[in-house]
Amino acid sequence: MFELLFSYEVLRLLWWVLLGVLLIGFAIADGFDMGAAALLPLVAKTDDEKRVVINTVGPVWEGNQVWFILGGGAIFAAWPALYAVSFSGFYLAMFLVLAMLIVRPVAFKYRSKRESTVWRRNWDLAITVSGLVPPVIFGVAMGNALIGVPFTFDNDLRPDYQGGLFGLLNAPALLCGFVSLAMIIAQGAAWLQLKADHVIAERARVIGGHTAIAGAILFAIGGLLVAGGLLGGYALQTVPDYSGPSFPLSKEVLPSTNAWLSNYGRAPILLLAPALGIGGMLIAALGFRLKRTVMTFMATSTSILGIIGTVGVSMFPFILPSSLDPNHSLMVFDASSSQATLRNMLVATMIFLPLILLYTAWVYKILFGRITLDDLHAAEHTY
Amino acid sequence: MPDPLLVDLSRLQFALTAMYHFLFVPLTLGLSILVAMMETVYVMTGKQVWREMTKFWGTLFGINFALGVATGITMEFQFGMNWAFYSHYVGDVFGAPLAIEGLMAFFLEATFVGLFFFGWDKMRPQTHLVATWLMALGTNFSALWILIANGWMQNPVGAAFNPDTMRMEVTDFMAVLFNPVAQAKFVHTVSAGYVTGAVFVLAVSAYYLLRGQHTALAQRSFVVASAFGVASALSVIVLGDESGYAVTDHQKMKLAAMESMWHTEEAPAPFTAIGIPDMEARKTHFAVEIPFVMGIIGTRSFDTEIPGILELVDTAEERVRRGLVAYQALEDFKADRSNMEAKELFLATRDDLGYAQLLRQFRADPLEADDEDIRAAAWSTVPSVPSLFFSFRLMVLAGGLLLVLFVLSFWYTMQERMPPRWLLTAALWSLPIPWIAMEVGWFVAEYGRQPWVIEGVLPTFLAASNLTLSDILITITGFTLVYGFFAVIEVRLMLLAIAKGPKVLDHLGEILPGIGQEHGKDRVTTASPAPAE
Repeated sequence: MFELLFSYEVLRLLWWVLLGVLLIGFAIADGFDMGAAALLPLVAKTDDEKRVVINTVGPVWEGNQVWFILGGGAIFAAWPALYAVSFSGFYLAMFLVLAMLIVRPVAFKYRSKRESTVWRRNWDLAITVSGLVPPVIFGVAMGNALIGVPFTFDNDLRPDYQGGLFGLLNAPALLCGFVSLAMIIAQGAAWLQLKADHVIAERARVIGGHTAIAGAILFAIGGLLVAGGLLGGYALQTVPDYSGPSFPLSKEVLPSTNAWLSNYGRAPILLLAPALGIGGMLIAALGFRLKRTVMTFMATSTSILGIIGTVGVSMFPFILPSSLDPNHSLMVFDASSSQATLRNMLVATMIFLPLILLYTAWVYKILFGRITLDDLHAAEHTY
Repeated sequence: MPDPLLVDLSRLQFALTAMYHFLFVPLTLGLSILVAMMETVYVMTGKQVWREMTKFWGTLFGINFALGVATGITMEFQFGMNWAFYSHYVGDVFGAPLAIEGLMAFFLEATFVGLFFFGWDKMRPQTHLVATWLMALGTNFSALWILIANGWMQNPVGAAFNPDTMRMEVTDFMAVLFNPVAQAKFVHTVSAGYVTGAVFVLAVSAYYLLRGQHTALAQRSFVVASAFGVASALSVIVLGDESGYAVTDHQKMKLAAMESMWHTEEAPAPFTAIGIPDMEARKTHFAVEIPFVMGIIGTRSFDTEIPGILELVDTAEERVRRGLVAYQALEDFKADRSNMEAKELFLATRDDLGYAQLLRQFRADPLEADDEDIRAAAWSTVPSVPSLFFSFRLMVLAGGLLLVLFVLSFWYTMQERMPPRWLLTAALWSLPIPWIAMEVGWFVAEYGRQPWVIEGVLPTFLAASNLTLSDILITITGFTLVYGFFAVIEVRLMLLAIAKGPKVLDHLGEILPGIGQEHGKDRVTTASPAPAE
């Protein structure tokens, strides 16, 4: 059994799935922090209410943020070519994300350490902005990945990226940015509806209901853009060797409208991904309306799974197409680490990921319950 | 090849962000263990003062931890952003420890740190203690994996260049894990983190004792910190990382540069206590030598020679020449990937490929290099001798001072005597010393690694991304502003938390904060051992 599991092609497919799992894990877990942070000025009016919002994520944001760091590390280890091309290519966008992810934890931690109104107001602004910006950037980056990114390799495999920050800001990619933002805001609203004091939960519920509907519509428009060829499409012309060496310059690829839909024709079961994306948002909208807190949170999380999954299965086996020279695109079969590294990493993941899920669940269980305004003053340690 | 100016700026940015990150890491390492030990005493004895100590030092730990986490994210992402060629070239080997760090260590640390702060009222004390230790354990595991990654940059074992994929790939993962350089670095760095934590607790406690505030907490903290400090300082010095310096050519070069040892000396080599290294004349002026010491420290033996810089340059020159054979073979294979003869030749000579790459700073095509270029490439393997020589001595001096401080503090506490005011003052003013030692220590390790980013494998000047000047200037400015701003806030919050002090325990005989200093001073001079619980 291990022979099959550890064959190069299975390892590559598994690491493609795990790449998705990490991105989805990050979007679900860190998503509710970012969503709650972005919603801060809308759902909380008084200082105490703001503190409630922050304290709903207070004990868990550190763990959530590790999904992001682990995602970076896993891409580095399992998909080094993707790590090298995308992180250097999206250089300034990455810097903005980093700046936001640095500011946000510090803002959580430091905001309530002083009484000064100005101090707190400035940190509140920092929290809101750092919740809003990353989801938009991630969505825009996803959009550009669909469209294709202007990079090539030289014959030493040195990546070269032609195009700056503003090249990323085209209309279809921006739409993806808004899909991502809606998804994260809905996730944050669902979290606050579940965890925050009733005053806040009620405001989050109303906003969440509208956002979920908007998210479903935006995602559907994204689907139309894909069908219309505005969100890229590339087709592999040569037969891939899933057990071959990771050398991304020995295949042929052509741009092709509608290519991102071809996988659904071949395997209609994949339509489940976009269905979960839209269905999740619609059920979430219903959940907000019916005040079903747990159901809503499950629905927004499922929607995240569906939306990110849709991008993945639409592009398979592409990971990052090159618009400049499509033959240099990064594929599941030519951008991975060596078989040994994928195997070692898989063993580590099989040991530690279940443990992580187990102790994370235990921590959430201990922290179970709504954070109310009274809790702020009763508890010894709060933000 | 990227523009040299861009490489220098990327190096500057990496140095700034890494050294800044490392202002917080050692304190996190040390304080997490100290806090866990204090909480253990609380759970075992049930004495409230130990609970308050845990929470007080825990608050300071938390202020520091937030910035450690935040600035650590930059480290994980900067390789891809600024060092794209590096990331592709060695990601197969270097990425794995970073990813496993996330899986095994960082998740543990970051998940349980939430319980440490928010779980006091939600769990039994024993369960909370488990959470605290898991957090401390995660922190230390984290250091292990990062240093495995860093150790591989200094001694790239268990990997080889694969011409089919044009990158380094792992050949022996166990060799990467049990890399002797990584093991030595781990012990040395983690112990240095403990020293930092101990000095921090010692200095803040000394401050309270000098002012006569929070004496119940401060006395106990002083005892814990001085005992822990003696053990950690001894560990840093005895298990210093010089044990990793005999392993590779460039590690030997680094050692020779730290010692400003130009020629191979007869074993056991003398230690140059002080002198003025001269790169031009290739000698050390006014050298004061202590016989035998270097040979014993560097090789742990009396009869192993330590090679000097000039001899190591000759070795490097041979490797450049051998590397050219590999380079030629690889070029042939790149031109025709079915040329098996070229591939065979390459596989037989690939260990020296990196040395031929050094020629690319002088020639676009290394195969056109003449003898002069080859000599220059060999000389480019010598790092800046004066920088390493003086930084190393500064680090050793700092370590020695701290050991003396801990031994004295420990001696007084063992006698159950109040440490005298001069010692408390010295402890307070020692606060910056571990940070100085840490930063110059890293400087020696990483600046001493130059011109390599991966020793013998990849020169730094090839490793950077193709970015634009404005890209890098924007991020350097951005990081400097954000980090500078946070540094100011962090220090202010620390001072605020220290000024506020722990929760007052009047029923235990602890004085209230803000009640006259004279009263406090009086207590210091006549202090009896810890007030009754």
